Amino acid sequence: MTDSLWHEGDPIADTAAPDGPIETRWERRTFAAKLVNPANRRKLTVIVVGTGLAGGSAAATLAEAGYKVRSYCYQDSPRRAHSIAAQGGINAAKNYRNDGDSIYRLFYDTVKGGDFRARESNVYRLAQVSVNIIDQCVAQGVPFAREYGGLLDNRSFGGTQVSRTFYARGQTGQQLLLGAYQAMERQIGLGNIVMNARHEMLELIVVDGRARGVVVRDLVTGEITTDFADAVVLASGGYGNVFFLSTNAKGCNVTATWRAHRKGALFANPCYTQIHPTCIPESGTHQSKLTLMSESLRNDGRVWVPRKAEDCGKPAADIPEEDRDYYLERIYPSFGNLVPRDIASRAAKNVCDEGRGVGPGGLGVYLDFADAIQRLGRAAVEAKYGNLFEMYQRITGEDPYEVPMRIYPAVHYTMGGLWVDYDLQSTIPGLFVIGEANFSDHGANRLGASALMQGLADGYFVLPNTINNYLANGPFESVSPDDPAVVEARTQVEDRLSRLLAVNGDRTVDSFHRELGHIMWEYCGMERTEEGLTKAIGLIRGLRDEFWTRVKVPGTGEQLNQNLEKAGRVADFFELAELMCIDALHRAESAGGHFRAESQTPDGEALRHDDEFGYVAAWEYGEVPTLHKEDLTFEYVHPSTRSYK
Amino acid sequence: MAVSGLLLVGFLAMHMLGNLKIFFGADSFNHYAHWLRTVGVPLLPEGWFLWIQRFALTAAVIAHIAAATVLARRARRARPVRYVHRPKVQGSYAARTMRWGGVIILLFVIYHILDLTTGTLNPVADPEHPYRNVVADFAPGRWYVTLFYTLAVVSVGFHLRHGLFSAARTLGQRTPRGERLVRAAALVLSVALVAGYLSVPFAVLTGLVD
Amino acid sequence: MDIQVRVWRQSGPEDKGRMVTYDVKDISPDASFLEMLDVLNEKLILDGDDPVAFDHDCREGICGMCGMMINGVAHGPERATTTCQLHMRHFKDGDTIDVEPWRASAFPVIKDLVVNRGAFDRIIAAGGYITAPTGTAPDAHATPVPKPDADAAFEAATCIGCGACVAACPNGSSMLFTAAKVAHLGLLPQGQPERDSRVVDMLEAQDEAGFGGCTNMGECTTVCPKGIPLSLIGRLNNDYRKAIGKR
Repeated sequence: MTDSLWHEGDPIADTAAPDGPIETRWERRTFAAKLVNPANRRKLTVIVVGTGLAGGSAAATLAEAGYKVRSYCYQDSPRRAHSIAAQGGINAAKNYRNDGDSIYRLFYDTVKGGDFRARESNVYRLAQVSVNIIDQCVAQGVPFAREYGGLLDNRSFGGTQVSRTFYARGQTGQQLLLGAYQAMERQIGLGNIVMNARHEMLELIVVDGRARGVVVRDLVTGEITTDFADAVVLASGGYGNVFFLSTNAKGCNVTATWRAHRKGALFANPCYTQIHPTCIPESGTHQSKLTLMSESLRNDGRVWVPRKAEDCGKPAADIPEEDRDYYLERIYPSFGNLVPRDIASRAAKNVCDEGRGVGPGGLGVYLDFADAIQRLGRAAVEAKYGNLFEMYQRITGEDPYEVPMRIYPAVHYTMGGLWVDYDLQSTIPGLFVIGEANFSDHGANRLGASALMQGLADGYFVLPNTINNYLANGPFESVSPDDPAVVEARTQVEDRLSRLLAVNGDRTVDSFHRELGHIMWEYCGMERTEEGLTKAIGLIRGLRDEFWTRVKVPGTGEQLNQNLEKAGRVADFFELAELMCIDALHRAESAGGHFRAESQTPDGEALRHDDEFGYVAAWEYGEVPTLHKEDLTFEYVHPSTRSYK
Repeated sequence: MAVSGLLLVGFLAMHMLGNLKIFFGADSFNHYAHWLRTVGVPLLPEGWFLWIQRFALTAAVIAHIAAATVLARRARRARPVRYVHRPKVQGSYAARTMRWGGVIILLFVIYHILDLTTGTLNPVADPEHPYRNVVADFAPGRWYVTLFYTLAVVSVGFHLRHGLFSAARTLGQRTPRGERLVRAAALVLSVALVAGYLSVPFAVLTGLVD
Repeated sequence: MDIQVRVWRQSGPEDKGRMVTYDVKDISPDASFLEMLDVLNEKLILDGDDPVAFDHDCREGICGMCGMMINGVAHGPERATTTCQLHMRHFKDGDTIDVEPWRASAFPVIKDLVVNRGAFDRIIAAGGYITAPTGTAPDAHATPVPKPDADAAFEAATCIGCGACVAACPNGSSMLFTAAKVAHLGLLPQGQPERDSRVVDMLEAQDEAGFGGCTNMGECTTVCPKGIPLSLIGRLNNDYRKAIGKR
């Protein structure tokens, strides 16, 4: 059966990464990399797709270095990329608290947190660079939280034992993004970046084996244009919206990376998705997205469900203490409510599957602050979580000071993405991939406050150094608009748009997206089985065929047409969804955000198979995808089992 | 806007204090009116101070109106298409009526000058006895004059209530505590000015001054 | 609940535009305002009509992409709430709700409720930044910032650039937006070297974009989903006065 779903190809290796002592690998790589003479930089153009933390910081930094940058985003302004919604914080190994933190410890925690499915070299570099990020952001005027002495405040986040998380109340992502955005706007004002907002990349242009440009659609006029450069950087974020309901922004999509994948870039570990345990549950069929509540709530809130399924309909206050099941405290006595994200999420799913969930559809568990309010007083709870409680009340209409919050897991982040080497270059020369769009640093599970760190590490410090090595060979011969590769890419885009408009069926794009999301959530969500995944692949294929015969996209291509935009994105999600299921099916182990029911310990915990699956699964596009394995070696942090009991 | 406005507010305050002389009797008031012509003497020839003041005030009024016109025109240009559904703005009545209030005040000032400065519209128009002119103005039979005067003075009150705060803002007032102070001061000053100005006609009306 | 919406429909920048009435039936009070529009659009599409175009993205009140006049109030009747976070439970069964785009010549309508807010980006590009090229930064602890200053800077920095201030201002002024950025950067020691040029350049860009002048009416702060205080405009004026004085 599996042979018909995928082939296994040759293994691949990351040839850009130096070996030797891990502490000096990055230094040695930057020294070995070729440089570009400042006078030559202005002759070189880089296209950056996406303006989030990674894309924004990369565009600004490359422009500061003297390159000509052209930047694209689908939103109306680069300031709106979804990095802006990150709440919690950003990790950095500053050890300002003198609590034993170090670059090595951040490296160690991240490799372990990623369930030993990330590259040691990359993670070490991430930890090294983390300290520069904080310096950079403070210099830009990012208003991080401070203590009374005027120095930066830190907190412990996501169950780590050191306080290394820098934050700006619950809006860290916003403040970091505005820092990058302002740096970018400065370069736009100076004419070094040409910003194209409300433009969507719909195809990658590969000429003579090199990434040389993109085909974009102006979302206002519908005009299709091509843009050529010496290198292309994708910073287009993650693909969590394949689940329809996620904490991602409505516009987040996989199109840029998927189009690059179809043009030859390998897609790595698509099945690694992070499900965040503390989101506001669905309230009905109208639901269009899910909202995350900061993980910090679990520091004081107690998670429970009724012991008996028949109590689920009752108001929480009518359920006596002895009939409540504080299941996290019961199963994980040492970590209790603070177990890592993947574990908390799966436990919530399990109790709901037992019929003990609360709220609409039985898809929710209580997060109760009654004890905290009694212990600390309402004022103290309000000071700590006031804004989160307000947000909860605004959305649900319930007062969490009076009745317990209801929470449920939701898709939040995708660790998989385009395969890149140590230089962040994909398998297509000249195509670089940064931030959530690549797969590189988080392994099978991302730790809290590490996404912002990775996005900015890639954009400010890593890419601007490694891309020189590639650009030093340029400027490349200019690309003719009549080049067959260009014409082909352009025609592909035009044909696809016409096809979508021509179907003129009887179902809306959203109805397909919602149904695809259900399939993915059901079979490729928190718990996956061989049987379920196999079934899902069939369902996805069936739905995809139905999509192409029954979808109704109103309007024309020559105008602002939000449904046409959505249709193109959903069409790509169908293809990605299938690859995600195939990847999840082939990985017959449980690791981080990927839990296979067949691979668990007798007491229900994730069971990895390092000998068999200690590799990165990099997929090559084809009618039947081809699997290339990149072996992971651990010289410093030796694989062990995560235990939170 | 702010500078010319504040200049005019200063004048209003002095003018009101002068008005209150009426309560000290006809001599006191008439003497005050004459004194105004001799301010600055002998440094300045008689009447010069008054003319300097008139020029300054006229310049301030023109500047104030010119600035208001520029702002109003900019506002119109900034929103060429109006909202179909637009409830009253949520800010104070004072803030919302600055422009029309200003027009009422301007019309009043013109009348006021024709009335008590040039005497064109005054029933007595005796330049030597301003006290009599004032008393004649607000005679009970001329209730419509008192009404117009009252309307204008109340408009000035509202105008100042927002104007004083706004001027402070424009000149850089920037703390929340300062804002509370300025708003309170604006209210107190507006009420004091309105009360001071209205005391004269109502005193005449009720026979307290005759 | 069943409601009626009267929505501004305008097929493109050249179209004159008009209000069109639609019935939306069976809406959950737990649905957000945008989800109500989603339901309307699903129906319009299946009926063969053009769905209503509106901007939105994160739907959690932080990206600043959404925004419309709801019964004449920017972002609708709830204070400190973006359109995406406004829920239908704040309306009554049978209500008629008017929905219009932001109106300002600096925010031209692209289609229906979608406007072009590029003018805001131009104001930032003119000076809304601290020049700190990557790699030049000293250690983050090199310059302590008093906590009250850091907190005040943060408060100003929470602006999401949605444009509600402009939409609500009777003068069509963007002063609160500009003032928030001037205050955010001007309150921090890192922002001092460019403090004078920043305020002058940003105000120039603001005027060039065609926004109206500020008369301190305070409509902006009333509708601001992040509650940016009006006092920041005083701070901007103060900075401006000083900057001009030094010239």
